[in-house]
Order: sequence, then structure tokens, then C-alpha cells
Amino acid sequence: MNHQPPKHVGALAKRERFLAYRMLLPTFLIVLGIVLLPLLANFWISFKSVELGDLRAARPMFNEQLKPRPKTADQEVTLRYRIRNSSKKEALTNVVFTDTLPEGLTLLTVPENCQLDTPNLSCYIGTIDGGKRLDLKLQALVKQAYIDNGIRARSSKPIASYDTVNVLTSLSFTLDNFRKVFSADEFWTVLRVSFYYTIFGTLGALVLGLFAAQILNTSFVGRPVIRGLFLFPYVAPVIAVAFAWVLLLDAGPGGTFNAMLQQMGMVEGPINFLGQKDISVEILGLTINFPMALTTVITFEAWRYFPLSFLFILARMQSIPSDMYEAAEMDGATPFQQFWYLSLPQLLGILSVLFLLRFIWTFNKFDDIFLLTGGAAGTRTLTVDVYEQAFAVSNLGAGAAVAVVVFVVLLSFSILFFKFSPQDDA
Amino acid sequence: MRFGSITILAGMIGALWGGVWMTVTGLLLMLITGLIVVPSIGLAALAGLVTGLAVVMITPAQRNKISLGLVAVGGVILLLVTSGLEPFSTSITQQIFSQIIALLIWSGLVVGSLALCLDGYEAGRAKRYRVEMLLIRLFKGMGLLLFSIFVALPFYIMVMTSLKNQQSLLQNPLDFSIDLTQGMASLFRSYIELFNDYHFGTFLLNSAIVSVVTVVLTLLFAIPGAYAVARLRFPGQLFLSRSILLIYMVPAIVLVIPLYAIFSQLGLRDSLLGLMVVYPATTIPVALYMLQGYFRGLPPELEEAGLMDGLSRWQVITKITMPLALPALASVSLYVFMIAWNEFLFAFMFLDDFQIFTLSRGVVSLNSSEVPRQHLMAGSVVATVPVLVIFLWFEKYLVSGLTAGSVKG
Repeated sequence: MNHQPPKHVGALAKRERFLAYRMLLPTFLIVLGIVLLPLLANFWISFKSVELGDLRAARPMFNEQLKPRPKTADQEVTLRYRIRNSSKKEALTNVVFTDTLPEGLTLLTVPENCQLDTPNLSCYIGTIDGGKRLDLKLQALVKQAYIDNGIRARSSKPIASYDTVNVLTSLSFTLDNFRKVFSADEFWTVLRVSFYYTIFGTLGALVLGLFAAQILNTSFVGRPVIRGLFLFPYVAPVIAVAFAWVLLLDAGPGGTFNAMLQQMGMVEGPINFLGQKDISVEILGLTINFPMALTTVITFEAWRYFPLSFLFILARMQSIPSDMYEAAEMDGATPFQQFWYLSLPQLLGILSVLFLLRFIWTFNKFDDIFLLTGGAAGTRTLTVDVYEQAFAVSNLGAGAAVAVVVFVVLLSFSILFFKFSPQDDA
Repeated sequence: MRFGSITILAGMIGALWGGVWMTVTGLLLMLITGLIVVPSIGLAALAGLVTGLAVVMITPAQRNKISLGLVAVGGVILLLVTSGLEPFSTSITQQIFSQIIALLIWSGLVVGSLALCLDGYEAGRAKRYRVEMLLIRLFKGMGLLLFSIFVALPFYIMVMTSLKNQQSLLQNPLDFSIDLTQGMASLFRSYIELFNDYHFGTFLLNSAIVSVVTVVLTLLFAIPGAYAVARLRFPGQLFLSRSILLIYMVPAIVLVIPLYAIFSQLGLRDSLLGLMVVYPATTIPVALYMLQGYFRGLPPELEEAGLMDGLSRWQVITKITMPLALPALASVSLYVFMIAWNEFLFAFMFLDDFQIFTLSRGVVSLNSSEVPRQHLMAGSVVATVPVLVIFLWFEKYLVSGLTAGSVKG
């Protein structure tokens, strides 16, 4: 006898499938349009030489004028169309425009490249090179009706048809962006800074979160209030907290934190926490260059994101069965031993998942550093570099190339993590 | 006097609390009264040491308000004597009232912390277990204090700066005393100016519109999607339920260049509509992930009963699943609202026209040397308060939402 399930798909199952796809379709479309296609577009742009200014596609700009200004009837005037190419680089080809002549304005001559189908005038202009302009002058006669009716020559806008090459959609590719990015001296520094920032920022947030969870894992008066307070850095908008830190750490007059340190006699002069790349510290006769701004930025990262790890670790801690601790007590384990041999191994799963997620997110982070230092003083990470290249230097192609590097690094890390991470999910 | 590990520890703990609380009260004294103060931490630690020894020598049964109060007064006197009547390195006669109050608060805090730490301990020796328990109490107490300061200080500076004016802050950056006699209009001058001259009312409205629309769109898209992934069988179901989160890992900075380019050409860039398209697209995957997890936990029998009684799938979702999943819907909504309200990158890149600035974009526009810094901080407060109020109001939901979402960076 054959005990295998039927291979064919029944009508009910088909309907269920169809329904499921229909329910997922809107999500699929918006994710495709706003996430997946732009992701591909970013690869596309990274192989093109596109500048910020090229985004305004080339189109003809018209300026229509009657000279001299008609004052009396039966006056002879010049109707001038001045046509300008809006792009500095790309040429416009096969430019044809159509305009409606106002009542009471008659052309004396119609040039060869124009056709008059009263009241519509259409002219073939041909090619206008990038950054060029072109004048078309027509002799015309003004009648009394024109002066009376108030409809001027420029009241109707010329409608143009033309061909042009859009840099974004053209099929010319180049490797220049990548060549430029990889050959720049600072690229490897930027990469290194990104990794320092990511690793120490992630570890900092995890360790702080672990401490905070330990502290709040006992009940005391006001615990809910403190728990709410500890979540503030994460919930508040990044602009608000980043500017508060900038003000707090200001090295100029009015910097509260520096004033505090000086008042306590801990430092002699103000420390430029966010503007100074290195600070020399002497330890045991050795002079070490301590990366000041980077450390501050990492501290901010740990400060802002410890609430997240704190929440997870606390939730996990409270789910550890208490009889495990009771058994440990019976065996004479001291509190530190209980933490080291019992709590920590139990938390290892959530800690590694948190590390993975935070690592990826910290690597992606742009706002924090951008708002704190703008990438100055040795804090430029890859994400800030994307912005700098694309919008500060206005080389979109180079920015996209750095973004590709960000994505590739991230992808390889995700694959590594998912391969080696423990299977139990949070 | 019985001597042993607990006695020594009590002294050390006392010294630590003495020094730490002195630093804190000294700073508070400085911030609140504007007095120039250098707290004598070393002497306070010494006084704390003596206080610690005194507390530990009172047996736990005898520790009450009177005996501890006496110890506290003794601590104040000791500190006054050893510092030559200048515990804050400034003559006690200056603002004598504030200084005395600060001293009393200091010794009250030291003795209170000691009493909590040493609860159940008396002078003498103890086993390792008891010693470690004591250390853990100290560690938790200290940690609580330092963490709270670390977390709260930037927020404190933010609020206080917004109520001061630039000149007085430049003169003494530690003076955060608030002159309450100046009247409300003068105190909240920065806020009034923000709303009158800097269009913050418009920004607030824009942020609210964008965030609410994002929440609504996200739910509209994510609820059916999550239901399909959680309940319906179709090829690719397993793959989808696992990979949907990967979409959320795509960095915004990678998307910003192509979206900027495409939206510029479509004329969507400098518009709120552009943001209302981008924000839901980035939040739908995580909302879908959170919701499908919750839907899976609901008993399928209820839905099956509904189907048997002749409801269509859509009716099952709206009449059975959604009411049951209300807590999850609430937490997802709050979470998405928070993301949309706080979003900075796209708002910063897309919006040029101040009429359509969101709060994030608006506050950044205040960050210039021409705008006084109390305006910048007032703007930050305006951006923070709504989201914090909503958060505190619905904290329970949001916390479960955060832990379920587990991802947002």
C-alpha cells in the first residue's frame, strides 16, 4: 500500500496560496520599490560618473519677448524666443516647440523651419549643446486687438519635445568611482575607524546593558521610575540627545562638563572632547596617543543603545528559573560565583544575538557621528564617508561606490554571523 | 570594638559613599544656586569612613531614626571641623542656608546608603558569602547612582539650557539656577520665540502627520502580510518568515543616494509624500515580523470556528484576529511611531522647504551660530517631549514591542 501524501495540489490549497500571495503583494511591492530596487540602483550608480548637478535632467528653458514693447496698433515688432539648455553637459537633440500666438499678433514672415497653423506656431530647432542658448527672431505685426485684449505673447508657454541622454539611464559605465575610493589614502583609515566604532560601541552598549540589568534585577522603591529613565536615551530623538551632548561637552566658554572637571580640579584646561583627534597620555613613562573624539563618539553610542540590551538581558534574567539559584545556594555558591557560573552562561545566548544585531546596526549608523562631529577629528566612518562623497563633494557615483563597500562588508558579516551563531533565537 | 572584615569593609564603604555623595551634592549645589564650589572630596571620604564605622558598630536592632540621625549630625560636624568650616572650599557664610542644607542632605544620603548596605550586618568577621553580598549591595547602589547621573545629565542640561539665556551661560556654564521671579513669559521665552518666529508649530504638525500616516500605512500593509505568513500555507512561507528581517538590515545610507536621485527626478523629493512612502517601506518588514510572531501565538481554533460559521478570511482577520492581537498592534504602532518621529537621515536629505520640515529637520536648522543655543535646546525639548510622554504613558506596550522587534538601531 502507498502511504505517501498526495502529490498534487488540491483546489483548496491553491486558493489558500493565492490568498496568501494577494495579502503579501502590497508589502512585496513597497519593499521592492523602496528597498530592493534602490539597492540595485545604488550598484548601478556606483558604476557611473554622476554628479549631484546631473540630477536635473537637461531640458529647454524658454524666454519669450516682444521687442520693442507694442504701444500702438499696426506697429512692427520682433518676437524673440530665447531657448537655453538647462544642463551644462548633456546636449538636447531634435528640439521642436509649439506655441500659441495671442490674438492680434500676426507674423510677417514664417521661416523655413517653422510652420504656422494659426494660431499655433511650431518650429524645429534641432540641437542645442550643453550650456548653450539659441535665439529665434520672428518679425510680427501688432493689431489693435492685441493691445485691447490683454493677452500677451508670453501668456502661453511654449511646449517642447526633445531627445536627451539621461546620465542615470544611459548605458555608459566606468570603474573610476571604485578606483578613486580604493586609491584614496584615507579609505583604509575610514575602514579601520568604522570597525573600532562598531566593535567598541557594540561591546560598550552590551556591557552597560548587562550592568544596568544587574542593578535593576532587584526590587526597590522607585524601580519602575528608574527603569523608565534608563530607556530615555533610546527613546528620545537622536537630534535632541546629540545636540545636548555637543553642548554638554563644548570646549569653548559655556561648556558645562569641562567647567565641572576644571572646577573639581581634575583637568587644567578644557578638553575638546569632540574636536580633538588625539590626546597624549603618559602611562608609566610611555606616551600613548589616545583617540579622543572617537572615544567620545563610542561613549555616546554605548550611552544611547545600552537601554536596548538592558531590556533584553533583564527579560532573560527574569526568566531564569529561581530553583537553579536555590540549588546553587545549597551547594554553597557565593553571589559572584552564582553570577559567573550560572547567570552568565544562561545569558550567553541572548548576549550573542544582541551582539550580532547591534554590530550590524552600529555599522549602519550614520546620524550619531554625523550630528556629533560631522566625521571630523578622526571619526569618519564608512557611512559618514558615503554622505561626504555624495553630497559634500557632490560626487554621487563615488558616494554610491562607498555605499557598495558598506553593503558588501555588512553582507559578509551577516553571512558569517548566521553561520556561526547559536540556533536558539531571542 | 569588634574588628573583622565587615568592620573594615564598613569603613571603606563609608568612605566611598562619603566621597561620591559629596561630589554629587557639591555639583547639585553648584548647578542649583550658581555658587562657585569645590567639594572637598577627600575630607568627605574621611568623614564617611568614620560614619561607616559608627553605623556598623550600632547593632542592627538598635539602628533607628534617632541613632542614625545622631550619626548623621556627627558626620556633618566632623566634616565642618576638619575642613575649617569650608566644606565646599568657600566660606560657609556665603549662602549659608543652601550650604547647610547641602551638608545635611549629604550626610543624610551617606548614612542612608550605609544603613541600606549594612542592613543585617554588624561589626566583626563574616563568611565569604556574606562579604560578597555586602559588596554586591555596594556595587548595585553605586551603579544605580552613577547610571542615573550618566543617563539623566544630558537631559537635564537640555531642559535647563533651554530656560536660560546665552549670555549668563557663557559667563558661568555651571550656573543652572532658575530665576522664578521673572515670570512665565520670560522663563519660556525661547519656546515662545520658536513657535512664533521659527515655525515650530508647523514642524510639530508635519511630524505628527508623517508619523501617524506612517503608522496607519504600516499596519495596513503589515497586518495582512503577517497573517499570511503566520497562518496560510504557501511555498516560500518559511523563507519569508526568516528573511523578512534581513530587509531591515539594509542600511538607510545605502538607500539614500538612489532614492535621492530617483525622487529628485520624480519630483517627490522635497515633499512630505516622499517621506510617507519611504518611512512605511522601512518599517513594514519589522512590523510584519513582530505581528506574525504574535499571530502564531494566538489559538487557531478560534479562527477555524469563525471560518466554519461562514466568515471569509478578511472577516476572520478583522473580527477575530485583530481584536485578539490588540496589545501587539498597540506596541507595533508605538514602535513605528517612535521610529518615524525620530527619523533624521531621510528628513534631512529630502526636505529643503521649511514649510514642510519635520521636527528633526527643523531642529537641525537651528544648529547655526546665528541662533542662540537655548533655542536649539528648546527645539530639542519640543522634539523629545511628545515621544517621551507617549512612551511613559504606554511604557508597558512599548517595552514589549521593543523586545519583540529587537532590531531597530
